Amino acid sequence: MAFVTASWNPLGEAFYRKIELYEMGWNLKEGLRNCQIAAAPYGGPIALLKEPQRSSPSARPQLEIYTSSGSPMASFMWKSGVVKQLGWTISDDLLCVQEDGTVLVYDLFGSFKRHFSMGNELVQSHVLEAKIFHSPYGTGIAVLSGAYRFILATNIEDIKLRRLPEVPGLQGVPSCWTVLSQDRQTKVLLATGADLYILDNTACTPVSPSGFSPQATNIIQVAGSFSYKYLALFTDSGHVWMGSANLKEKLCEVDTKMRTPPTQMAWCWRPKSQQPSVVIMWEKYLLFLALVVLNLLFGYNLDNESVLVPELDSVRIISGTHHELLQEVPVVSEEIFKIASMAPGALLLEAHKEYEKESQKADEYLREIKEQDGLGEAVKQCVEAAGYEHEPETQKMLLRAASFGKCFLSNFRPEQFVSTCRDLRVLNAVRDYTVGIPLTLQQYKQMTVQVLIDRLVYRKLYPLAIEICRYLKIPEYQGVSRVLKHWACCKVQQKEEADEVIARMVSLKLGETAGISYSDIAARAYECGRTELAIKLLEFEPRSGEQVPLLLKMKRSQLALSKAIESGDTDLVYTVVTYLKNEMNRGDFFMTLRNQPIALSLYRQFCKHQEQDTLKDLYNQDDDHQELGNFYVRASYQEGRLDTRMSCLQNAMDEYNKAKNEFNAKATEEEMRLLRFQRRLEEEKGERMVGCSLQDTLHCLLIVGLHKQAEQLYKDFRVPDKRYWWLKLNALAEKEDWEEMEKFSKTKKSPIGYLPFVDVCIKHHNKYEARKYVSKVTPEQKVKAHIAVGDLEGAAEVAIERRNEGEISLVLSHCTATTDRTIVDRLNRTRATAGKK
Amino acid sequence: MAAHLSYGRVNLNILREAARKELREFLDKCAGSKAIVWDEYLTGPFGLIAQYSLLKEHEVEKMFTLKPGRLPAADVKNIIFFVRPKLELMDIIADNVASEDKLRTPRDFHVLFVPRRSLLCEQRLKEKGVLGSLINVDEYILDLIPYDGDLLSMESESAFRECYLENDQTSLYHTAKGLMTLQALYGTIPQIFGKGECARHVANMMLRMKREFAGCQTQILPVFDTLLLLDRNVDLLTPLATQLTYEGLIDEIYSINNGYVKLPPEKFAQKKQGEGEKDLPTEPKKLQLNSAEELYAEIRDKNFNAVGAALSKKAKIISAAFEERHNAKTVGEIKQFVSQLPHMQAARTSLANHTSVAELIKDITTSDAFFDNLTVEQEFMTGVDTDKANTYIEDCIARKDPLIKILRLVCMQSVCNNGLKQKVLDFYKREILQTYGFQHILTLNNLEKAGLLKLQTATRNNYPTIRKTLKLWMEDANEQVASHQFYVLQKAEYVPVCRPTSTGQQGENRITLVFFLGGVTYAEIAALRFLSQMEDGGTEYVIATTKLINGTSFIKSLMERLEVPP
Repeated sequence: MAFVTASWNPLGEAFYRKIELYEMGWNLKEGLRNCQIAAAPYGGPIALLKEPQRSSPSARPQLEIYTSSGSPMASFMWKSGVVKQLGWTISDDLLCVQEDGTVLVYDLFGSFKRHFSMGNELVQSHVLEAKIFHSPYGTGIAVLSGAYRFILATNIEDIKLRRLPEVPGLQGVPSCWTVLSQDRQTKVLLATGADLYILDNTACTPVSPSGFSPQATNIIQVAGSFSYKYLALFTDSGHVWMGSANLKEKLCEVDTKMRTPPTQMAWCWRPKSQQPSVVIMWEKYLLFLALVVLNLLFGYNLDNESVLVPELDSVRIISGTHHELLQEVPVVSEEIFKIASMAPGALLLEAHKEYEKESQKADEYLREIKEQDGLGEAVKQCVEAAGYEHEPETQKMLLRAASFGKCFLSNFRPEQFVSTCRDLRVLNAVRDYTVGIPLTLQQYKQMTVQVLIDRLVYRKLYPLAIEICRYLKIPEYQGVSRVLKHWACCKVQQKEEADEVIARMVSLKLGETAGISYSDIAARAYECGRTELAIKLLEFEPRSGEQVPLLLKMKRSQLALSKAIESGDTDLVYTVVTYLKNEMNRGDFFMTLRNQPIALSLYRQFCKHQEQDTLKDLYNQDDDHQELGNFYVRASYQEGRLDTRMSCLQNAMDEYNKAKNEFNAKATEEEMRLLRFQRRLEEEKGERMVGCSLQDTLHCLLIVGLHKQAEQLYKDFRVPDKRYWWLKLNALAEKEDWEEMEKFSKTKKSPIGYLPFVDVCIKHHNKYEARKYVSKVTPEQKVKAHIAVGDLEGAAEVAIERRNEGEISLVLSHCTATTDRTIVDRLNRTRATAGKK
Repeated sequence: MAAHLSYGRVNLNILREAARKELREFLDKCAGSKAIVWDEYLTGPFGLIAQYSLLKEHEVEKMFTLKPGRLPAADVKNIIFFVRPKLELMDIIADNVASEDKLRTPRDFHVLFVPRRSLLCEQRLKEKGVLGSLINVDEYILDLIPYDGDLLSMESESAFRECYLENDQTSLYHTAKGLMTLQALYGTIPQIFGKGECARHVANMMLRMKREFAGCQTQILPVFDTLLLLDRNVDLLTPLATQLTYEGLIDEIYSINNGYVKLPPEKFAQKKQGEGEKDLPTEPKKLQLNSAEELYAEIRDKNFNAVGAALSKKAKIISAAFEERHNAKTVGEIKQFVSQLPHMQAARTSLANHTSVAELIKDITTSDAFFDNLTVEQEFMTGVDTDKANTYIEDCIARKDPLIKILRLVCMQSVCNNGLKQKVLDFYKREILQTYGFQHILTLNNLEKAGLLKLQTATRNNYPTIRKTLKLWMEDANEQVASHQFYVLQKAEYVPVCRPTSTGQQGENRITLVFFLGGVTYAEIAALRFLSQMEDGGTEYVIATTKLINGTSFIKSLMERLEVPP
């Protein structure tokens, strides 16, 4: 297999190779002349806008969409405005930027999806130039307006237009410009003459590249690398400056000796490779290609007008007839295939070839590798190199060699071999002519298998997508389910089939597949005007929450309500309820709620905070007198005027009566009586008491000395004796009316005993008064009473008399050993004798 | 900073980290300097997830409290509202946004809903005409917040009220969602047990959600073996009783909020040499309470009577450790001693703090009032005269003690007696209304609706029977060893579930997640920790709840606020 190196070209430290990907399937009479062309990165589709052949005013351009292998996907007459720029989004949608600033979005098959504008000012000033770019934020568009202002949208899925600052002195179209994405910011780099500017959100900053030779008067081409890390500038003196995108670091500067402006310039640099290189293309049939390193150049002649498509690790060249890939030869491929290479991988490949020929030389080669202790390395090299090859035959050759080498290794980890085989199978499948996605392994790893599956789905290659998902064992919800959903969404748009047929087909195929969103499919059906189909499909949706918005949209509100309740998501229930409230008349609305208790109680909560009157109506409808009573009580506290309060309370009482809640009715009635009493008192005596509790009212009366009124209230409201005694006792103590207190204590036998009298006096620091009541205290509490007034001797006496262990301890705990010596001794003696018994 | 979350058998820091990551991602979405406008209720729970430093790292320069009117001036690019999805709050946001000064440099507005976005609220913003001016409207899913190494809380204080009084199951939906998030991080819990209506509802929702997300489950080996969902109303008695563990008492007396307690400062005065004690601090002393503090982890679940002994033991150990320095002779020994110093000093500060706290608590627990109250509680629980009006309660009402205290006791009597006789019930209610005011009639109604107060309908009270058969009460509890909560597990049906029944492999403990719907007390947590520690138990417990409660906060959440009009 000497031909592997046939297409290699040495340049500096590395080799470059050109691989033919496809012979294009399209049939373009004029090649790529007279048309705008846009090819998506990652082996994406190609769009062509062909200018009409006759230049009559009625002639329209033709828009055509092809796969990378040139198979037609769509073709239609362009009937909208003048297109300034074509480009692809990351999700394979075609963007057509028109002169008036409108951007039209089409899918791969040429169906119109939507449109948006890059700013109203462009209707007047027009778009002069536009660029479509990709960044971590998605696909963006930058346009240059007729007023020489740049307008930027970083993500077309979430359009936020930004008008960049003015470039001072800019009077015409810049000689060249590009979009850079750096430090989480999108910027524009532009050149006018020999001056360079960076435009960001806030400012326009003049910049100059480090080490830039001054002989140029005009910078005419600029190219950023795929990752926006590097920048190349082409000047009218034929020099190319290459360096970091911030212009601070120069990699090299080369004189191409070419004075004509190039048509295109692109970076061709595999990540991690040490050799920076740029491809420059000049128009006309002759293409001179320069790979620039340390002043070394070489060129290819192309026999056709072509375009360059920069990729992550290479450049693709599309011409009217061919599609080629230009890349740096990976080090490992170089080591294996380089003539007379002694690298372990190369030897292993040889060994295997000899083995196939059944020659004993195989053993010699193997021995040689083993002597270098390089068999593991050899296998690794072969596997890795296989990943870089496009030809399945070469891949197989390398993998077989690896597999052969593996046999002689005892503890070789198989993961790399297995995953490379797997990845290559997938890649070969999508590189196939009929699919036309010529991805390299590195691109595939970068874009991830999820994105690849999406791309297959956009192309409606459902069976292949499913096969890949199954082959790679991707979890269902990420893989097969997603593909099936897209399939179903596509299916529901087929107008010629009946609703039942489609619903049955969809459910049959999708069944219980995990993670299928039937509501998305139903939404699509509804969008296509197939409400009945949508409802049928929704029935398969396991997530009731997902069904609700669509059901509401389709005006199936009752169903939406029960689904919302089923989901348990109260916010969803609220949403439906609010919707119903606006849709229905009040009576029907209430009836609907009545049948859905959960919705009803949520609505009640809502009304409690937002619409009190509706709340009353709801209770009325349900004859819920208890709640109505509560409602009126609540209402009475929101009223400032006593009359209205009273009437609220009257209502409350009536409702409580109807609810047969005697206690509440009576309590309400008493409250009204109390309020009346308080009002009378206020009028007669000027004491403000309205709204106080009965207890506080009594307290107030006793404090101000209205004993008669207090007595009357006490009788009217049947206040328990105990509480009244406590109350009066406290009030008198507070007033320090000790005389009255003594009188009071003698009115009759105290229902609360006399210890409280003692306590209350002590609390008000009147030991003298307190002592008066000690003798009246019951024997059980006497010890406490004595202690309270500080009479330890008395306390000890009683405790000893009663021979109560607990009381003795209590007294002891209040004694101090030094001052109360005699008491302590007596108590201890008693305790000891009690103990003996 | 949150190391204590990873001490337990289940590393709850994973959950916290996940929450922090999401917060960072949202903050980065709003590029440039920012000010956060807080729904005040959220600041506490957020404190458990992220400190100010994290916000600062992401260019949060100012913080405000959400209130109507014009926003305070702040020279920032973004204003972010952190709010619960409540309609009232939407009105305030609308007001804020609408009154923004048009002349100043425009600021970008964003709304972040916690714990999830709400269509209803967005609709309200739309009606108010401000939805269009909001750049980002997002949700921050914060259901279960890691509170300690074995404890998760949703910090939603109204959950019990919403479920039982208002028939609003929003919090249960959040619970189910929170448990799903938990399962996404810790694996699908293979067994679910439950007791009560709400538990059933949550379990059903979880099953439904599991079906809905079929296929999305991550293949993680389940960390939890069992989930036990418990309705709070299955056991209404425990939260009513005064908690007697150290942590429980701190909560009862000073109330712990989002892991912090504020204490009167007097006992914490720094006694510096030579300075005297003239300036006492006036600001309350704020202490963070969690298992990151070694000493606290040791004593938090002990009965308070055992805390003194534990503290003095600790004091001896610490001073012995400091004495070690005299024995350190070689340079190596001294170096080792010095390396331990920070740890020892931290231990000494911790000891000083808790000694002060214990003193504060002791002043209260040794008071007559506390003793009398406890006596009555214990009488109720042992079934002494529970079907008559209680004299102590009567006296408390007559003295107009705090209403919540009265309600706690009355409810407790009702629960212990399986309802009160009509005469007794009416008597209490009347006493309360006459003393504290008629407005409390709605609170009483709520308590009846929640089952805390009820009329005895059955001819017999079955509580004593249950108490005896299940040995819920121990007469001679060795308080030094066990905690006070012997009546934690008080309903026949769920005791067998809660008690370790596992026949799992020897040596490998099973982990049960116990979720209290409607709140849990510190004493109950202590009881479960006690079970976790039992050597032959074979099961460890992680506790989750809607909110950490005590009798006071529990009753308070059920009260109706009616202000007497002027």
